Amino acid sequence: MASRLPKLVAIATVGGAFSGLFGVGGGTVIVPLLILWFGYGEREATGTSLLAIVVIAALAAIAQGTYGNVHLGAGVAIGVPAVAGVIAGTALQQRIPERAVAAIFAVLLVVSAALLVF
Amino acid sequence: MDALDVAGLLAIGFCAGMLGGLVGVGGGVLFVPGLVFFLGLSQLDALSTSLVAIVFVAVVGAWRQRGYGNVRIRDGLIVGALSPVGVLAGTVLANAVSERALELSFAAVQILFAWSLARRALRPRGGEAPDTAKAPSAPANG
Repeated sequence: MASRLPKLVAIATVGGAFSGLFGVGGGTVIVPLLILWFGYGEREATGTSLLAIVVIAALAAIAQGTYGNVHLGAGVAIGVPAVAGVIAGTALQQRIPERAVAAIFAVLLVVSAALLVF
Repeated sequence: MDALDVAGLLAIGFCAGMLGGLVGVGGGVLFVPGLVFFLGLSQLDALSTSLVAIVFVAVVGAWRQRGYGNVRIRDGLIVGALSPVGVLAGTVLANAVSERALELSFAAVQILFAWSLARRALRPRGGEAPDTAKAPSAPANG
């Protein structure tokens, strides 16, 4: 247990830095590190990542809101269909092999890296 | 804003949520371009606004995954609660290093992760192997 906390701190720091720098929730850092460092299963890593993102995104949204950058109506408008999507996505995830989750994640990382570079 | 924009917003919102549910991210990678393209938000406003939609995805996704038994609450809360440290570190870093260098180094990290995950995905496994292999390997992974 003692060796877990420093790693969790490191994941939080890198995930938070990613979030602060590029405005994303940090999931692209949290999920791989939970799998590769903690030996999480793919489904557990994605579920736990979402819980962490609740806290990260809520804090970041409040911070950006104080600068007046948040369009609440627009966020709700795109967030409501996303709720339907996430319910479908989590249900689908239970029905596919964990290695497929890893493969989809690898593709997402390559796309995300390409977006950063180009 | 015409009907096509509304349809586009609904479609990209749904896809972002689907992605979030499948791979445990917030969906910002789709929300941000969606808000810029269909609602004409600036990049900064889209980044900020996407956080609201990400909260929706993460709350509902975490709730569903908890129902499926896939959430380790303690670890998730620790990572979430300590992330402001990282946000501060990121802000300091952003002022010290060129943005291009940061983008390129994060891209490199992502490719490294992609490589490791792809190797996991391609490793031959039997039907029951993932669960039986996971338990003994977890402590040894330190």
